[in-house]
Amino acid sequence: MSGNMNLTLKVWRQQSLNAPGKLVDYKVKDISEDMSFLEMFDVLNEELITKGDEPIAFDHDCREGICGSCSMHINGRPHGPLKGVTTCQLHMRSFKDGDTIVVEPWRANAFPVIKDLSVDRSAFDRIIGSGGYISVNTGNAQDANSLPIPKDDADEAFMSAACIGCGACVAACVNSSAMLFVSAKVSQLSLLPQGKPETDQRVLAMVNQMDTEGFGACSNTGACTAECPKEISQGNIARMNRLYLAASLGGK
Amino acid sequence: MNWFTTFITSSIGKKIVMALTGLFLITFLLVHCSVNACIFFNDGGETFNEVAEFFGSNPVIRTMEIVLFICLILHIIQGLVLWGQNGSKRPVKYTSKNGAANSTWYSRSMGLLGTLLLMFLIVHLKDFWVVSRFTDEITGGSTTLYAKMNEAFDNIWVVVLYVFSMFSLSYHLLHGFQSAFRTMGWTHRKYTPLIKAVGAGFAVLIPFIFAMMPIVMHFNLID
Amino acid sequence: MSKLDSKIPEGSIEQKWTKYKSTVSLVNPSNKRNLEILVVGSGLAGASAAASLAELGYKVKCYCFQDSPRRAHSIAAQGGINAAKNYQNDGDSVYRLFYDTVKGGDYRSREGNVYRLAEISPNIIDQCVAQGVPFAREYGGMLSNRSFGGTQVQRTFYAAGQTGQQLLLGAYSALERQIGMGNVTMYSRHEMLDVVVIDEKARGIIVRNLITGAIERHFGHAVVLCTGGYGNVFYLSTNAMGCNVTAAWKAHKRGAFMANPCFTQNQPTCIPVSGDHQSKLTLMSESLRNDGRIWVPKVQGDTRKPTDIPEEERDYYLERRYPAFGNLVPRDVASRAAKERCDAGYGVGTSKMAVYLDFKYNMMRYGRVEAIKNNNPNADDETILSLGKEVVKEKYGNLFDMYKQITGENPYETPMRIYPAVHYTMGGLWVDYNLMTTVNGLYSLGESNFSDHGANRLGASALMQGLADGYFVIPYTIGSYLSNEIMTKPISTDHEAFVEAENKVKANINALLNIKGTRSVDYFHKRLGKIMWDKCGMARNAEGLNSAIKDIRALKDEFWKDVRVPGFNEEFNPELEKASRVADFMELGELMCIDALNRDESCGGHFREEFQTEDGEALRDDENFAYVAAWENKGNGWDLHKEELKFENIKIANRSYK
Repeated sequence: MSGNMNLTLKVWRQQSLNAPGKLVDYKVKDISEDMSFLEMFDVLNEELITKGDEPIAFDHDCREGICGSCSMHINGRPHGPLKGVTTCQLHMRSFKDGDTIVVEPWRANAFPVIKDLSVDRSAFDRIIGSGGYISVNTGNAQDANSLPIPKDDADEAFMSAACIGCGACVAACVNSSAMLFVSAKVSQLSLLPQGKPETDQRVLAMVNQMDTEGFGACSNTGACTAECPKEISQGNIARMNRLYLAASLGGK
Repeated sequence: MNWFTTFITSSIGKKIVMALTGLFLITFLLVHCSVNACIFFNDGGETFNEVAEFFGSNPVIRTMEIVLFICLILHIIQGLVLWGQNGSKRPVKYTSKNGAANSTWYSRSMGLLGTLLLMFLIVHLKDFWVVSRFTDEITGGSTTLYAKMNEAFDNIWVVVLYVFSMFSLSYHLLHGFQSAFRTMGWTHRKYTPLIKAVGAGFAVLIPFIFAMMPIVMHFNLID
Repeated sequence: MSKLDSKIPEGSIEQKWTKYKSTVSLVNPSNKRNLEILVVGSGLAGASAAASLAELGYKVKCYCFQDSPRRAHSIAAQGGINAAKNYQNDGDSVYRLFYDTVKGGDYRSREGNVYRLAEISPNIIDQCVAQGVPFAREYGGMLSNRSFGGTQVQRTFYAAGQTGQQLLLGAYSALERQIGMGNVTMYSRHEMLDVVVIDEKARGIIVRNLITGAIERHFGHAVVLCTGGYGNVFYLSTNAMGCNVTAAWKAHKRGAFMANPCFTQNQPTCIPVSGDHQSKLTLMSESLRNDGRIWVPKVQGDTRKPTDIPEEERDYYLERRYPAFGNLVPRDVASRAAKERCDAGYGVGTSKMAVYLDFKYNMMRYGRVEAIKNNNPNADDETILSLGKEVVKEKYGNLFDMYKQITGENPYETPMRIYPAVHYTMGGLWVDYNLMTTVNGLYSLGESNFSDHGANRLGASALMQGLADGYFVIPYTIGSYLSNEIMTKPISTDHEAFVEAENKVKANINALLNIKGTRSVDYFHKRLGKIMWDKCGMARNAEGLNSAIKDIRALKDEFWKDVRVPGFNEEFNPELEKASRVADFMELGELMCIDALNRDESCGGHFREEFQTEDGEALRDDENFAYVAAWENKGNGWDLHKEELKFENIKIANRSYK
């Protein structure tokens, strides 16, 4: 078939958290340009299994760019060369026959490697658990239309809420900072009237948890936004800084 | 921990210290640059020496100098601390890097640029500030600051150091100026582009004026 | 044959739930603290149930195989969630939503459950908005609605093409809040591998820690399964790669009946298969049918580009066959119609197994409105089209981008190619009105149960059901069981039933690891999928089903002789996880074919070729098949139990969308 390609992959292999890891070379042949990047890995794994080798472990689930599981650092960039696209939605037509592709896991202190390309991102869950919610028990709610929300605010909150929690922002950041992830949630909830009452305590708690988890500080390089598959705006970070400052100096 | 220590030791608090001290240093640069630009009056340093003397003796300015040094030291220490801490957040580095795809090199190199500036600063302060504050060479009238400048910039290596350092300063400012506003949360759909433009202008103009001083003096382009 | 008791409360349909809620036994707060509930799954049903139960004061443990509860596959739902709010003043009501759902399900669902679902639906929207779910809004600040298939009102609430994501993140935030407060203990990257039944009551589960491979025993006074559907039995489906039937299947093997397993749904608007490498199929939201028109060329094997085919040579077959609902007929009808056209040789694309979904007409329509708004009523067609594209972009931008990403074609310029793909399973664990399975204390919520959608689910109803079950049903109904359990002290996990279950799990894992055959798990999964798709897919017949049962049995034998599972148990071993899931799919596949073979009628997603009307519509047999087929696992076979369906509030009628 025309358009099929042969590639060299350099893939990070690491048996477990404390085991040493290294890049291992693999050749894959006859890859169709319609394959997704992960399907190319399926082909490779199938080959490894048949040969009696250990397949490469990597996180993936929905394969339609929304669950946030996939997490490969491809040729020096989280989720590979395209803008606004997750690894599972990256297709092989973005590569050329004969290319060498380096694939590494997300690298950050707060994202320890589990195996090969799979990392532990539970730090994100703990950050949400520290305050990334509106405290409303089931059954407490009033009628949904009793609280009109300006369309612009709703839209902006939605843009922030589109975060899939994949961790590409951390992986891209020179400081391994989680500011984009945290600020997206803080922004979403503070933009909506129902989230306002808890703004101060939310931002204080979430930033505190973020620091405890061992993420770096933000240098405003913008790498996070540039690599975010959902193109979450850097403006969220400024908003969180503002809210954090206000909550720290003002507030109760 | 009380609220203040919590705030100031948080990742955002640390960055706010960097932003506020940075912004103060920016205002200082403006003043410093304006004063030094007096050499371009081409009057043999007469105006410059007068203004320098005024600044050296005015109590308000002397008080601000203390504030300036506090800010400078905070900016340096905090910057180095952050640089070290941030670097430790990724113990295993990537083999394949392509930072250029998502950010500017200077935004990722503020620590390095800052360190270069610190080294420059040590030389610079030793050459001029220590002389004017802690010796009586200038106050005693045996020489002028202008003359000291002429003397220092006679050496081509000093000129090279200064010009090189002004490149560092320029890139440091190019990112730092607008970054400080972001850190403070002072962003706005309408005004952020203006801040960015002013920042870029500042980052080019001020280091350029500074860099011209050793050059014109070395090549005797002014009297 | 045991009688299935659906436990539908007495009284008029409008009063059943209200009366039930007011009279159901309660557990007082101090007792709730001593009662432990295990919630398996963290999708819309699981997260909402775990959070709501913890809010009530129960001690909750929640499990998911994903690395975070936020990644459950509910996240991928695109289009929206139905609710009988009637904000649009277009004649919606609880009764109408109830009616649409029962009719949409081809009269194979239980009236009492469906009415309750419709009744609860408005509360879900309120709850989600209160949690900060950013639904789409109008300029006045009010919530916006759109239409979905099988309805004639606008009752679907949405958040662009990411409604499932936003609803799940809402439920997830509620769950994380409870985790943060210490009321829920979360076990992510844990997979349930068996239910522990003691004295005929579910008392715990066995889970595998997917990172260390440790097999763990967990006790609970009740177990709630919210583990989703089994569409991945077809290998290719719109389900996530990890979606599986394992938890439900293990429950089934411990005594929970499996109901209507052959009822699977094909979503008509999916991106067609492009090659053998394909690992999954991608859905393009049904909401696209609001603004897209479906057509094929009028002549067979037309190879012209779609944009070169003039209007009069296009067959808008849905509009032609179903003028009343047009492109918005329910999913089963639209899917079957696409298959009919493709089988007849009118399909498009390289595989000829696709139809066009064309937005140009509606882009022009929107463009003209925009032009008028912009005071430019005489704009030329090109301007109008580009204005229209902007409108469409705002509504479906992310879907169009995704289509472009996957196919490499620009859907703003050329029609999308779509074909049906397996998307949802209406069948599942049999549950009564309390959502309890046939095992006491074992509940099943959301897609994992069979309850509300009959033989076909309407669009935007899965999110509604998952959240209704989790937020508003289980918190009440679980009390009726647990109020009798307040004296039950936690049972030690050293109990022999735990030991037995754990040993069984370990034996199964060891068996898989020790086959050391020559073929990968995926190899078998693909073959199973092909059998299921060819013979138990969108159209089935007795002959095919009989041969499928034989094929699956043979494949199962081959699997257990020749599968190769690399590595070992005590590590992160995704191949082992897959192997254990595929082993369960093999058994389920057989039951699905048996169920499909048993049901000698066509209804909803179950289309038996022998039973169709002259013009190719599904031919139901209400006299003989108005029942839920609940299958009891007998180890080496299954016994059928029938729950008769009574329609007292809706006149059972021919289902027509013409």
